[in-house]
Amino acid sequence: MSGSVAGFLQAGLLVLALAVCHRPLGDYIARVVTGDRDWRAEKAIYRMMGVDPRADQRWSVYLRSMLAFSAISVLAVYLFERIQGHLFLSNGMPGVTPDLAWNTAASFTTNTNWQNYSGETTMGYLTQMSGLAVQNFASAAVGIAIAIALVRGFARSRTDRLGNFWVDLTRITVRVLLPLSVIGALILVAGGAVDNFTATHVIHTLTGSSQNMVGGPVASQEVIKEMGNNGGGFYNANSAHPFENPNPFTNWFEIFLILVIPFSLCRTFGRMVGDNRQGYAILSVMVTIWVASAALVSFFENSHAGTALRAAGAAMEGKNVAFGIPGSSLFAASTTVTSTGAVNSFHDSYTPFGGAVLIFNMMMGEVTPGGVGAGLYGILMLAVITVFVGGLMVGRTPEYIGKKIRPAEMKYAALYVLATPALVLIFSGLALAFRVPRESILNPGPHGLTEIMYAYTSMANNNGSAFAGLATNTTWYNVTGGIVMLLSRFAPMIFVLALGGSLAKQQTVPVSVGTMPTHKPLFVGMVIGVILLIVGLTYFPALALGPFAEGLH
Amino acid sequence: MATTTPARPPAAAGKQAPAEPHRIGGGLLDPKILWKSLPGAFKKLDPRVQVRNPVMFVVEVGAVLTTYSAITSSTRVPFAWTITVWLWLTVVFANVAEAVAEGRGKAQAATLRRTKRETMARRLTDWRPGREDAREQGVPGTELRLGDHVVVEAGQVIPGDGDVVEGVASVDESAITGESAPVIRESGGDRSAVTGGTKVLSDRIVVKITSKPGETFIDRMIALVEGASRQKTPNEVALNILLASLTIVFLLAVVTLQPMAFYSGAPQSIVIMVALVVALIPTTIGALLSAIGIAGMDRLVQRNVLAMSGRAVEAAGDVNTLLLDKTGTITIGNRQATEFLPVGGVQVQELADAAQLSSLADYTPEGRSIVVLAKQGFGLRQREEGELPGAEFVEFTAQTRMSGVDLHDGRQVRKGASSAVREWIRQSGGTPPEELGQMVDGISAVGGTPLVVAERANGTARALGVIYLKDIVKEGIAERFAELRTMGIKTVMITGDNPLTARAIADESGVDDFLAEATPEDKMELIKKEQSGGHLVAMTGDGTNDAPALAQADVGVAMNTGTSAAKEAGNMVDLDSNPTKLIEIVEIGKQLLITRGALTTFSIANDVAKYFAMLPAMFESVYPGLRHLNVMGLHSPTSAITSAIIFNALIIIALIPLALRGVRYRPSSASALLRRNLWIYGLGGLIIPFIGIKLIDLIIMNIPGIG
Repeated sequence: MSGSVAGFLQAGLLVLALAVCHRPLGDYIARVVTGDRDWRAEKAIYRMMGVDPRADQRWSVYLRSMLAFSAISVLAVYLFERIQGHLFLSNGMPGVTPDLAWNTAASFTTNTNWQNYSGETTMGYLTQMSGLAVQNFASAAVGIAIAIALVRGFARSRTDRLGNFWVDLTRITVRVLLPLSVIGALILVAGGAVDNFTATHVIHTLTGSSQNMVGGPVASQEVIKEMGNNGGGFYNANSAHPFENPNPFTNWFEIFLILVIPFSLCRTFGRMVGDNRQGYAILSVMVTIWVASAALVSFFENSHAGTALRAAGAAMEGKNVAFGIPGSSLFAASTTVTSTGAVNSFHDSYTPFGGAVLIFNMMMGEVTPGGVGAGLYGILMLAVITVFVGGLMVGRTPEYIGKKIRPAEMKYAALYVLATPALVLIFSGLALAFRVPRESILNPGPHGLTEIMYAYTSMANNNGSAFAGLATNTTWYNVTGGIVMLLSRFAPMIFVLALGGSLAKQQTVPVSVGTMPTHKPLFVGMVIGVILLIVGLTYFPALALGPFAEGLH
Repeated sequence: MATTTPARPPAAAGKQAPAEPHRIGGGLLDPKILWKSLPGAFKKLDPRVQVRNPVMFVVEVGAVLTTYSAITSSTRVPFAWTITVWLWLTVVFANVAEAVAEGRGKAQAATLRRTKRETMARRLTDWRPGREDAREQGVPGTELRLGDHVVVEAGQVIPGDGDVVEGVASVDESAITGESAPVIRESGGDRSAVTGGTKVLSDRIVVKITSKPGETFIDRMIALVEGASRQKTPNEVALNILLASLTIVFLLAVVTLQPMAFYSGAPQSIVIMVALVVALIPTTIGALLSAIGIAGMDRLVQRNVLAMSGRAVEAAGDVNTLLLDKTGTITIGNRQATEFLPVGGVQVQELADAAQLSSLADYTPEGRSIVVLAKQGFGLRQREEGELPGAEFVEFTAQTRMSGVDLHDGRQVRKGASSAVREWIRQSGGTPPEELGQMVDGISAVGGTPLVVAERANGTARALGVIYLKDIVKEGIAERFAELRTMGIKTVMITGDNPLTARAIADESGVDDFLAEATPEDKMELIKKEQSGGHLVAMTGDGTNDAPALAQADVGVAMNTGTSAAKEAGNMVDLDSNPTKLIEIVEIGKQLLITRGALTTFSIANDVAKYFAMLPAMFESVYPGLRHLNVMGLHSPTSAITSAIIFNALIIIALIPLALRGVRYRPSSASALLRRNLWIYGLGGLIIPFIGIKLIDLIIMNIPGIG
């Protein structure tokens, strides 16, 4: 079977699997967050936390609950890392340095999973399991909860309540993420991923030298790493490591895990606002951009330029031969359009334009389909902007899902759209302006500029994939990275919840032929246009000086 | 309330006035006004004024920076000065747009001010209803207080707004309405309001003052057309937020470009950085935004509608439900005779003759229409009262409900309500035929009004037939309703008629729904019901009992002929008192929003071309590969940047007429509108600058120091 046929077959099967799964999963999530029966285990958790599960919260209370939970999370992970040397299951690892511990704590709490360390040589099993893996669940659940709160703003009318954060968090974890992770982990183990407490396995190679193989609870962490769009690998090599991602099947399955929840949430959205077509319009935007970017990456990586590439048949540097161009491109595109950031190949080694597509995927704000939850609320914010401009053009105060976009709503949507690019641009600019961060660049010229842009774009969009080629375990990158990740995760969430609160208070406006339709292809095209235009205009100069300068001759 | 399926009206019969043209046009850009507004445009350069428009404020700050840079720099001086001049021009052009829009209002305000000259009022100090000998006192009009009574006689100017409490007079209101025909104002009823500054032409009236000096209708009009009390409307505020945030993003993109440029070995001069910011931020819409708003209000004023706030104009664009009074809006004022239906072998000619005879002394519009029908349909010349010697005319009274004539030969002719005339026949020894009863019921069933005609000759009475009076639906109104339906607006007819009649007219006119036997309370309830379902409601009204509903409606258009209570309650006043204008008001509201949306789209789409012009110009020297981005093939880096900036400034001037006129609006569905405007302003905004910048480059490439 030729490489391209294998590529199309993989992609085709992936689309098929997602098409089959998004509906039941999306409907299930909608039922989970709208039902009013509590499981016994959940009741126990509510009692322990002292939460009244029937109490609906205002947006500000929802926000405070979420911030309090996240603050405790940062603190807990930080402490685990710092004192792991004194705890059991440390696997002999000493405490992590303060700046790295700060960066990692911020990184995992914000669903970014930017890693300035090698997992197998820095983190003990307890830190991995009780610190990092717990956040893989919790941060994913927080993202979904915020998205659900915003959707409730659209769905509800004349109320100031957006739901209960603790209930959403608990139910999403207990009823969605945990059961799916158990199934996923078993499939990964069956596919050959490791899952054990074997600290180090020493093997002797044919040449007579010895090699240390580090084992650990890998598969159980791998599944939530992908499904929760976290991306923080157990090993430094991430999904390129044979213990995390042994073969093309597990590779395909991991891509499926990355995409399944973000795409399904569109269905959840449609269900909750009582109009599935709205969910499918949003889904169409996401799928179009995802397919286009996967195709573009494959195209650029297959384009033969340069002697070495021609000899190899494609740009194979930094890629796993077992996965080839299709398996690597599809993974790379999927991990960057979602906020996953797991890698099975090295993005630094991609062709200039292939790499540009990956960085552009993140610059779009992780909305196609984006991180679990974060993608949905992000694209809804962009849909609000689209509706505003489009709605004016049909001569009415713009409406989206029966809610008017007035100055208050516009303020929150505009602040949301402003926040992330501001952080990316300011911190990239600072890193290039100062000597110390500039010295971390390993490749001079435009590629080095791309490395810095990529790093801050990845952190500010809570992606976590690294372009590599940049020595980031330094005080500068650890400290600024932590700040960027926390600000870019939680500031937008404030605007999202504020918008949700403001929408929920509005009386729902009935739809007429005078209302701009938001479920038709024209609207899908407009949202895509707005995303590409806003992102393109914001980052075009930086892209011109990075990948374009490198790729155009 | 009943719902009707809209029915096509029959082909309009005969002689009604043609529907007024209603496509939204607008005033053109008068070069004289352009010239006159220049001083105002320069005055607005004051940063304290400019700061209210964040986008243009950024341009002004940029212009100051480049001016400084041009003065101090020693290299590429002509280029720096060219950019500087064009940046200043960009700001001036934006101010010109606003000043022109305001200028048109100012001219109108000046006309109004002339009517507001000082008048002496004749105040009655102890006036009470019916009192003839109240003491009179001369005071300046400005010293009148609420509740004062003043007397105004023929030839005098009414000193302040008020209600007529005694007398009847014809009043020349041309000063505010532009309509030269005098109007009748009388005490009591719905025609009692008078406006200060208008002139009494005949008779004498006593007016109770209802507004404080300085807050009169004319004062408010002046403030409105001058834009003095202009506040940003909600949509405008929301759009400003979007524009401000885009400005911040682009500002950041350019500021952070400098360290990247340094790293790449191509640091950029202040002039170029400022030029890039100005090219990227949405200057086109930023420059025209306030002009669009002022021009939108102005379009209403040109149609003789005064909106008390821009918010009301915007709400008009959002309206979902229009409440329209039947009389005057859907139907021509009054019922008209359309047919003579004889009974029992009577010739139709004979019936027409009798009908005409009985209506000679009936001066109601219905009576006149019978005479007209007899003349036009049967060639019966109208006989004057004097032509029938010895004839005695019987006038219509509410008790007899009949009118007619007793001729000198003893023949009596009567015409009137069916039951009254039938009773008269019976009393006169006749028997109304059964056929008559069926005919009367038939006409009532289709919403018409039957009038029975009978005569008594030689002692016995007999029925001659029936006159069919019906409401005449205005020509073209069904098409208007169909248009409104495509715009997603529901029309509801409000009428005092019974449901049967109302349904017939609703079917004929194509209105979506009707409210029959409507009382003011019913109307209010209907508005509240619609609003609770999330609909925005617009209505017109003139009577005092309309006031609560006018206040409740999202858009309440009061007729200028109405009471001051109604005018106070509504948020718009139609000086022409034409209720059909509500439809135009909705269209103007929509057009205002569409113009903003279209120019915003255009403005943002423009940026793509500007990037392709400027980025290769800035960095081609260090990365020659970037020349591939110079898709327009611009001559040199300086000419490329200059062309982009010149285009950016000129497009503002080029679009001023569009901003003032508003984009073309045809009533159609949201999907159709969106598709059309996206093609024109989205795609156009993408392509036009590529062409424009290239053309400018072709011209300026020959200028030394720039080319």
